[in-house]
Amino acid sequence: MVEQQRIIKALSQIPYSKMLGVEPIFIGEEFTLKMPYSHSNIGNPTLPALHGGAISGLMEIAAITQLFITTNGKSLSKPIGINVDYLRKGLPKDTYARAVVFKQGTRVANVRVRSWQEDYNKPIAVMHGHYLTDKAD
Amino acid sequence: MSDNDYIEKLWEIGPSMAEHTPHGKELGIKFVAVDKGRATMSLPYNIELIGDPKTRVLHGGAVTTLLDQACGLAAIAGFDEPRMCATLNLSIDYMRAAKPGKTIIAQAHCYKATKHVAFLRAVAHDGDETDPVATAQATFMATSMLKKGPKNG
Repeated sequence: MVEQQRIIKALSQIPYSKMLGVEPIFIGEEFTLKMPYSHSNIGNPTLPALHGGAISGLMEIAAITQLFITTNGKSLSKPIGINVDYLRKGLPKDTYARAVVFKQGTRVANVRVRSWQEDYNKPIAVMHGHYLTDKAD
Repeated sequence: MSDNDYIEKLWEIGPSMAEHTPHGKELGIKFVAVDKGRATMSLPYNIELIGDPKTRVLHGGAVTTLLDQACGLAAIAGFDEPRMCATLNLSIDYMRAAKPGKTIIAQAHCYKATKHVAFLRAVAHDGDETDPVATAQATFMATSMLKKGPKNG
């Protein structure tokens, strides 16, 4: 496992993470990424609703960070393909994402991510993706 | 609605969708063009969107947002009358890293629209259509309009 400080530092060095305003949360060894509500993440001001791209961006960062943790922080994994299902409207509220690495191969990892707001059991979006990664030693 | 009115309406919606939504503005997404079932948008290179400080390549999330936005507009333009849409599914393949410094262009095409659902394909490239950065497949759902009841909405 990678020390929390290294993860916080790695995230703070990614400009796109700063733009979305994401913050890591650690509960024991479990990592959750929080995207506090920000007007700049709104996609539809009349509803209002978060931009699907911001929700997807949050989940993509969560996936890459989770892989950074499980591969001992070797490098940032590169996305090969992602598939996002949007289940509910993203309300103008804090949003969370948590990723699980379902399989880590020699080169490719399969990751699944859930994104929710007030209720973990009511996800607003789910994603699965393949990433090019270096296997942990 | 006549074809001319339809296209005129699309050209009203297009720029407002890209540049006047807070998140589109934050990323710097630009409206390029729209036609029946087709939309093009661009994302100029911006150091604030970098995903890997070592390579200075834009984060996949920024490309995702651009593709989502372009598909959204093509979906609106894919129905018999322009209709507001919500993303149901977005599937993206990342072929290669976008070249640092280059503007990314996303071209989306609604190849089929049923009564409520639009099916789209999109490609994102940085100058050469035949050498894509990413491709997308998406489904959008028309959200019911307020003036219509659920039966014909």
